[in-house]
Amino acid sequence: MSSEWPLWEVFIRGQHGLNHRHVGSLHAPDAEMAIRNARDVYTRRNEGVSIWVVKSNEITASSPSEKGPLFDPSNSKVYRHPTFYDIPEEVGHM
Amino acid sequence: MYAQLVKSEGAKSREEMTPEEIAFQERIDRGEKIEPKEWMPEGYRKTLIRQIGQHAHSEIVGQLPEGNWITRAPTLERKQILLAKVQDEAGHGLYLYSAAETLGVSRDELLAALHSGKMKYSSIFNYPTLNWADIGAVGWLVDGAAIMNQVPLQRTSFGPYSRAMIRICKEESFHQRQGYDIMMKMCAGTPEQKAMAQDALNRFWYPALMMFGPSDKDSVHSAQSMAWKIKINTNDELRQKFVDQTVPQARYLGLTVPDENLTWNEDKGGHDFSEPDWSEFFEVIAGNGPCNAERLNARVKAWDDGAWFREGLMAHAGKAEARRRAAQVAAE
Repeated sequence: MSSEWPLWEVFIRGQHGLNHRHVGSLHAPDAEMAIRNARDVYTRRNEGVSIWVVKSNEITASSPSEKGPLFDPSNSKVYRHPTFYDIPEEVGHM
Repeated sequence: MYAQLVKSEGAKSREEMTPEEIAFQERIDRGEKIEPKEWMPEGYRKTLIRQIGQHAHSEIVGQLPEGNWITRAPTLERKQILLAKVQDEAGHGLYLYSAAETLGVSRDELLAALHSGKMKYSSIFNYPTLNWADIGAVGWLVDGAAIMNQVPLQRTSFGPYSRAMIRICKEESFHQRQGYDIMMKMCAGTPEQKAMAQDALNRFWYPALMMFGPSDKDSVHSAQSMAWKIKINTNDELRQKFVDQTVPQARYLGLTVPDENLTWNEDKGGHDFSEPDWSEFFEVIAGNGPCNAERLNARVKAWDDGAWFREGLMAHAGKAEARRRAAQVAAE
């Protein structure tokens, strides 16, 4: 029997109420141990207040070769940015 | 440097490159990060596995000479500090193994290659830590040299490696400072304690200089690795920086660097110094250093002795998962 523990991706919510953020990965036999190991490996210096772990092979990722078709369409939509609109100075801050 | 003598796969001139390889090199030249699933030349992938693997192995083998002193630290505070440092090294190994694994090699394969002697770790960890002053010297010099190497690697082209380096550098500076703190204490102590500190510097100076790898003129693999930005500075550049940084620190301690040729060279704005004995370096790399066998045996023993535990936890996880599924089915 192969004893290699599965790989987990670790997400940590920092102190300041931000989103959980991917910080790295680790091996663990199950979710409970993955959380404990993540505590030891990724929060030794007060880096977080909450941990998520997800099995790496359960993550679906976009393919690098589709980067163009996937993201290019947003390039041309400059009107989605506030800087697209000219507001006269007299109007004040908007 | 924690990764010395990393063999790089064939450097190619621009004429020999395929269009894909040219596009890849241009991305690196633009300062883009390469991510795991993206196309990369096979040589880039293989060289990185070697380099990151060697780096990871150095972190975990590096725990051994220091772990040796955890139970013998002179105070409870020093014991806690050393324990925290050694725990950090385990974490650093883990970050780096994870980065290597994104390139398609498994953790077990990497460890098997370490244990069989196929993959190397830094030569520095094959020297013994004979007394408490050595723990000071290791933190000050060995971690100092490692930081010198790792800071530029934060800008390396491979995303996961770069992110691991950033995390490691953030944690590493306490390692060097705690070592220097030990040295300051020893040097302010009795004449015997100061003599121990001097003796530790004498023994670790040249092995620390060797950490940066052979001189540039003998370093055949640098050019390709530098083009790929998996090596940022040459060995000699980093060694020079390390000497220039360390000499004033030794002077502050009232210790003498064991090199009678050490002088300040005004023209180059750096120190002239003696090269380490490179024949000793190649002997240690070849497996004939003072502690090679001991270090490798300790690693293999820890791995073999832990097999029942790793398997046991997997068996437990399997059973718990099966029970959970059965309960789910029953509930439906």
